[in-house]
Amino acid sequence: MQFLAFLIDGLLIGFVYGIAAMGLTLIWGVMNVINLAHGPIIALGSFGVYLLFTNIGMNPYLALVVVAVLGLLLGMLMYLIAIQRVIDAPHLSTLLATFAINMIIIGIGTAIFTTTPRTVNFSLGSISAGPITILGTRVVAALASILVTGGLYLFLYRTTLGKYVRAVANNRAAAELMGIPSRRILALSFGIGTMLAAISGSLIATFFPFTILSGGVYELKSFVIGVLGGLGNPLGALAGGLILGLLEGVIPAFVTTSWVPVFEFGLFIIILLVRPTGLFGAKK
Amino acid sequence: MKRTRFVLTIVVLIASLLLAACAQQLTAAPEEAAAQEVTALIGFTASQTGSYNVESTRQINGLNLWMNQVNDAGGIKLADGSVVKFESKFYDDESNKDRVQELYTRLSTEDNANFLISPYSSGLTDAAAVIAEQYGKVMITTGAASDSTYQKGYTLVFQTYTPASKYLTGAADLLAATDPSVKKIAIVHENDKFSTDVSTALNDYALSKGYEVVIFEGYDPGTADFAAFINKIGETAPDAIMGGGHFQDGSTFAKQIFEKNVPVKFLALLVAPPEPTFVELGDAALGVIGPSQWEPLANFDAEAASSAGMAWFGASSQEFTAAYTAAYNEEPSYHAAGGYISGLLLQQAIETAGSLETQAVKTALENIDALTFFGHVKFDTTPENHGLQVGHSMVYIQWQKSGDVLAKQVVWPAEGASAQTVYPIR
Repeated sequence: MQFLAFLIDGLLIGFVYGIAAMGLTLIWGVMNVINLAHGPIIALGSFGVYLLFTNIGMNPYLALVVVAVLGLLLGMLMYLIAIQRVIDAPHLSTLLATFAINMIIIGIGTAIFTTTPRTVNFSLGSISAGPITILGTRVVAALASILVTGGLYLFLYRTTLGKYVRAVANNRAAAELMGIPSRRILALSFGIGTMLAAISGSLIATFFPFTILSGGVYELKSFVIGVLGGLGNPLGALAGGLILGLLEGVIPAFVTTSWVPVFEFGLFIIILLVRPTGLFGAKK
Repeated sequence: MKRTRFVLTIVVLIASLLLAACAQQLTAAPEEAAAQEVTALIGFTASQTGSYNVESTRQINGLNLWMNQVNDAGGIKLADGSVVKFESKFYDDESNKDRVQELYTRLSTEDNANFLISPYSSGLTDAAAVIAEQYGKVMITTGAASDSTYQKGYTLVFQTYTPASKYLTGAADLLAATDPSVKKIAIVHENDKFSTDVSTALNDYALSKGYEVVIFEGYDPGTADFAAFINKIGETAPDAIMGGGHFQDGSTFAKQIFEKNVPVKFLALLVAPPEPTFVELGDAALGVIGPSQWEPLANFDAEAASSAGMAWFGASSQEFTAAYTAAYNEEPSYHAAGGYISGLLLQQAIETAGSLETQAVKTALENIDALTFFGHVKFDTTPENHGLQVGHSMVYIQWQKSGDVLAKQVVWPAEGASAQTVYPIR
C-alpha cells in the first residue's frame, strides 16, 4: 500500500514533467533550436495564473486558457524579434539568443516580483486511503496534460498546419519548394512551444509555490525527457515525463533521495549511447 | 633714486611674503577642517539577483538604515578628535560563490574598504571570509550561521548570528517541555552547507536528549516536489518533523505536509516560517514553528539590560522596528535586523577603539559583551573558534490563529513567549 503511494505520486508529477518538456522538445525537434528561455517561460505561466487569481479572483483553470493564448503570442513575438534573424546561423547563435531572452525575463521578473516564493492558495480537496493521498489539483493537472498531448498530436498529424510543421521539421528546403511558408510555420512552432511551457507553468502554480527562477528545474528535466522520448514527439515527451516521474517517485522508497539524479542522468547517458533518437521514435 | 628703488623692492618683497603666508593660511584652514572628518568605507556584496535576493535585500536595507542614522547623527568621534562618517561600496554577487571571492578581493584591494560586511548565506560568507582574512580586513558576518567558518583559524571575522550548531536545538527543548512523552523525531534537510550543519547538530543534540531519530536525510536544493520524500517520512511515523532549508523549499515542504495530511504533532522548519510571506500558505502555515534570529516581538531594551546586569548599546527593538518600518514600509525580518546589528557592532567597536585601525577595532570587538536590540552579543576569542557568536540565542515563533487571522507568536524561550505553543498541530 505504501509503495502504491510512491507510485501514484510519481505518475502524477510525471504528467506535469511531460507537458513541461513538450514545448522544449517541439521547438528543438522542429527548429533545431535549444530554447534556454524555456524555464523562465514556465515561471511566467505560473505568475500569469497567480496574478489573475489573486488580483481578479479568476479560476486558475480559466486563467490557464488566458495564459496559454498570451504564451502563444509571446512565443511568436520572441521568434520574430530574437530568433528569426539567427535561425540559419550556427547553433551557438540561437543558443545565445534564447539565453539572452532567458536573462531578460529573469532580470525583469526578479525586479518586479523579487524571488520571494508566491503561492496560488487554491484547492480542489483530496482523496485519502491509508498512506495514499491524492490531491484534486494534481489529478486535474494530469488530465489537462493528457488533453493537451492529445490536442497537440491531433494538430500535428490531422491538420494541414500540423503537416506543414512536420514537413518543415523534416526538411525545410523541400517544404519551401512545396510552397509552405516556412518562416510563418517556424514562428507558429515557437509560439506553440512557448504556449506549452506557459500551460505547464500554470498547472504547476496550482500546487507548488514558485519564483521566477522555479522554471529552471523543469527545463533541466525537459532535456532528459527530450532524450528519453525523442524530439518533436508529444507522445514521446509525455511518456518520457512519466518515466522520469516514476523514477523520482519510486527510487526514494529504496535509497536516499540524493541517488535520484544519479539514476536519472545515468539513464540519460545510457539512452544517448543505445538509442540516440529517443525511446519513442524521433525526428529523422 | 637707487635707494628709493631698493626700499620699494624690499617693501614689495615683504608684501609678497606676507600675502603668500596669508594665502597659505587660507588654504591650510580647509585642510585642517577636512582632517576633522574622515570617511570610512564599508564594502560588501549584495545578492541583487539569484536565489538569495529577498533575504539579501532585507539585510542590506538594515545595514543602510544603520549607516544613514549614524551619518545623520553626525558620525562617530575618534580619539584624535576627528569624526568618522560612513560610505558603502557594494556589488551584485548574483548569489554566486565564485563572484563573491572576486568581488571581495576587489573591495579589499582596489576600493580599499576599511571594513567588510559579509554577503547573505553561510556558503557565500565562507567564501568571503578567507578574502577578508587574507587582506587583513575586519569582517562582520551576518546572514551566515555555519560554525565551520570560525574554525579555520581566522582572527578578523566576527559572527552576529546564533551559529548553526544551536539553530534548532531549542526546538528539541521546546518539544520536550511541551510533550515529554514524544520520542520519535524525523530530521530532514536541504543538502547545502548551512542546513546540513544545523541538522547534524540537531541530530546529535536530539540523540543526547534521548530522542529516537527515525529518519535523517537530505534533499536536493532544487527539489520542487516532496511527495516521494514525504511518503518516505510517513513510513517511519514520526511524532515530530524538524529541519528544512531555505525559503522556497521550506514553504513547499510545509504546504505538501499539510496537503498530504501527514499526522504529525510538531513541525519546526528553518528560515521559511519567520518570513512574513509564509502566511500566504494559508492553513498550511498553521502551527508551523521556526527559529528566528530576532523578532519584533522580542523586547530587548536598556531596561532589560539593566535588570539582567548587562551592558547595553544602540537602539531598542521598538526603536529599530519603528525606524525600519518608516524607512521601508514593511516590518523588519531578522535578516534586516542582522544587517543593522552588523553596522551597530562595528560602530560600537570603533567608538571603543577610538580609531579605524584594524587591530584596535578587532580588540574592541573581542571585548564586546552586551545586550542590544538584537539580543546578547559576545564573541568566542579562543584560537579554535575565534569570532564565533557565543552570546546570542534564537527565539522560536509559531503561526497561530487569532480569530480568522494568522499571526506569528513567540513560543520559546518560555521567558520571552508571547503565547502558549499550539500542540499537537494535526
